[in-house]
Parts: sequence; structure tokens; C-alpha cells
Amino acid sequence: MSSIGTGYDLSVTTFSPDGRVFQIEYAAKAVDNSGTVVGIKCKDGIVMGVEKLIASKMMLPGSNRRIHSVHRHAGMAVAGLAADGRQIVARAKSEARSYESVYGDAVPVKELSERVASYVHLCTLYWWLRPFGCGVILGGYDKDGPQLYMIEPSGISYRYYGAAIGKGKQAAKTEIEKLKLSEMTCKEGVIEVAKIIYKLHDEAKDKAFELEMSWICEESKREHQKVPDDLLEEAKTAAKTALEEMDAD
Amino acid sequence: MDLNLDAPHSMGTTIIGVTYNGGVVLGADSRTSTGMYVANRASDKITQLTDNAADSQVVSDYVRYFLHQHTIQLGQPATVKVSANLIRMLAYNNKNMLQTGLIVGGWDKYEGGKIYGIPLGGTVVEQPFAIGGSGSSYLYGFFDQAWKENMTKEEAEQLVVKAVSLAIARDGASGGVVRTVIINSEGVTRNFYPGDKLQLWHEELEPQNSLLDILNAAGPEPMAI
Repeated sequence: MSSIGTGYDLSVTTFSPDGRVFQIEYAAKAVDNSGTVVGIKCKDGIVMGVEKLIASKMMLPGSNRRIHSVHRHAGMAVAGLAADGRQIVARAKSEARSYESVYGDAVPVKELSERVASYVHLCTLYWWLRPFGCGVILGGYDKDGPQLYMIEPSGISYRYYGAAIGKGKQAAKTEIEKLKLSEMTCKEGVIEVAKIIYKLHDEAKDKAFELEMSWICEESKREHQKVPDDLLEEAKTAAKTALEEMDAD
Repeated sequence: MDLNLDAPHSMGTTIIGVTYNGGVVLGADSRTSTGMYVANRASDKITQLTDNAADSQVVSDYVRYFLHQHTIQLGQPATVKVSANLIRMLAYNNKNMLQTGLIVGGWDKYEGGKIYGIPLGGTVVEQPFAIGGSGSSYLYGFFDQAWKENMTKEEAEQLVVKAVSLAIARDGASGGVVRTVIINSEGVTRNFYPGDKLQLWHEELEPQNSLLDILNAAGPEPMAI
């Protein structure tokens, strides 16, 4: 699966003979080592969830947030190097602000994702910059309805019905494909995302994790918010129950 | 009579924008005066910004350029709100140098027909109808009474033509022809109502011994010598 690009992988401005830029692929590996991030587009909004691996028992729950609001109507969940992620979020916030101050209207999610993607891509063009070691799932609700975008370290950005990055992305994608997203409301979506994250968390390899979730839907008045505590608890309970039922089989 | 021909071309004028059920109608007179001399009696005060909005020359050139870029970036036509805000940005930031009150009207697929008024200081105000120019002073009461929501396209255009002709009757700086532009989902339609076809109002005189009539009449027969 992975090949060593001996000699051709020292700089992001070097292509290998088979046409690959290895530094960008290595950056993607950094994303693959982080906790899973899942995003889905339901019929009335977006739900995003993060499997936040807890490094130390001394950490305060709720700190080290992985999901950030970029604007009232858009949010970003980050996987990979947290410090790189902070930079991308800051840039996205600034782009959203500047669009609004010039054009007088909230930035369309498509435009925002293109601006963030071109910023991430920028850092793959110069030898004195390293690529961002993080992937981002951007969810937003604008005049054209709810939209979900994923931006990879290479600077690629696509629009998705459902997306996952990080450790358990393969398993998560399989689970997402089983869901009937076009008929699901966000309330149901929250439960499903929680179930998926609990399911693909590997107890053996990783220690404890904290589930962080956010949504943008009619219920949240089309604003990006943390999922309300009661719904979050309901989702966690449902997820744990589903896991036990599976283990019982 | 002191004809001040060196006075700057002022847009003593009447401009109107009205929303109706499905789009907007923009209307204006056509008189450009320098002092007391009518420099252009058939100017076009409604400028096209894109395929879907309207306004006044240098500002509109800049905004047309920005809007074009924005459309390319977005991959779809800009909204009326965005057009109005781009104009507002220019009007506000250059308020010391500009003296232009603008009415922006257009149609987009999200909000339908919208009118935005941008008076001298550079405020943007969304309105169901807007009037501007020196002739508009005479129209405030008229619109308060005559404008209603959800008019049809025909009603809206007739309202605009009537209003401009009322202003022309009372305002010396407005005159000439009435031009209207209708913008809706189907596109942009321009109409032209020549001055002599407009309804005459109370105390307006029929033209008598008008120079235009005399000049157009057949010349006298040459004398037989």
C-alpha cells in the first residue's frame, strides 16, 4: 500500500518518477493516525461527530475542542495535527468575515470550502512551507440548503453526502453507506453518528475517548451549535446499547 | 434670462423602483440639464449592471466589473443583495467625492424581485419601492396612497409611468421621455414612452405654437418673383 519514495520524498516541490508528491501523501498519513471524524448530510441539516482520543486522564472533559464554528451558519471538524487545524479554522473564520464585509451576505458554503481548499493547497506549492497535516470536514447551511464538504491536506475539496477521516474512516464509510440519509432527520442523524463512532472505536488499541458532536439544522435555527446535552446523552446511551447488542450476538 | 451653460451637468431627475409579484419595475425620466439648458433630452438613466439589476455610470462600471468576477467565482448569477452591497461599498467609501443617490433593482432565484435604495451617504435600505431625484419630492404622497403589495407586472409598470409623468409635470429638472425596465425571472425588458404620449395633468398646457411643430411643418412656398 505505501511505498518509500527514496530520494523523491524530501521536499513537497519534488515529483516522483511515477507522478506522486510524497510529502502530501505523508501529510495524509498524519490525518489517518488521528481520531475518527464523521460528517453526514441529513434531509434537514448536517451532523458532525468526532472521536476525541483522550491523551491523559487529567484532561478536563470538554477541553481541546475538535469542532469549531466558522460562522453562524458553518462549522468545521478537524482531524490530524491539532495546531495545523487551528490555523485552518482561523483562516476560514477570516475568509467568512471578509466575504460578509464586502458582499454584505453570509458566505455561501461552496465558496468558503473553495477558499479554504485553495489555502491548504497553497501550502503544498513552496519548498519553505510544509503541507497541513490535517483534514477538515466543513458543514454549513446556506440559501442552497445544507452542504457538507471535505478538504484534504492535498487541497482537494469535494462535496459529500457523508464523509469520514481519521483512524476508522474505512469502517465509518461502510456504516454511513448503510444509512438512508435522504430520509433521516438531524435528530436521528445524531444518534446514528454516535453509534458509528462508538462502533469503530478500538478499545484494544486506544484508550478512552470523548464524543464531541455538533449540528446545523432547522432545530438549531440553521446555526452551527454543539448538539444539546440531553440529545447527546440520549445518543451515547443508544450507541452503548447498540454495541452491547452486537457483542451479545 | 441667464442660461448658465457652464454649470455642471446635474441629474435633476426622477427615478423610481417598484417591486411587484414576480419582479421589479424601474423607471426614470430622461432630462439632463446644465443650469437651465437641457443638455440631453433623451438620456438613459437606467444602467444595466448584469443581466439582472440597475443604476449611475462610473459606480456602475466598477460594480459591473466586481459582479462579473463574483459570478465567475460563484458559478452562478450574483444576488441583488450582493450587487446592492458592492455599490454601497463604493458609495460609502467615496462619499466625499460622489454625489449619487441610487436605486438598485433586480431579480434572483432566492429572493425574487428586490429593490434597494442607496441614498447619498451610502446607506443600503431594502424597500418595497424607492423613489429618488429632485422630482421624487412630488411623489411621496402619491406613492403612500397608490402603492400596494403584490401588483401585477402591468399594474406596476403603469404605476411607474404615471408617477414619472406626474413628477415631470411639476419638476422643472425632470422631463423628456419615460424609460422603464422590467426585470423578472424571464429576463430584462426595456420600454419607452415618448413625452408627447404621456398623460397631461391638472393645469398642464397643451403645446401651443411649439417650435417643434413650427419647424416640422412644411415650409412656406417660395415667393414667385
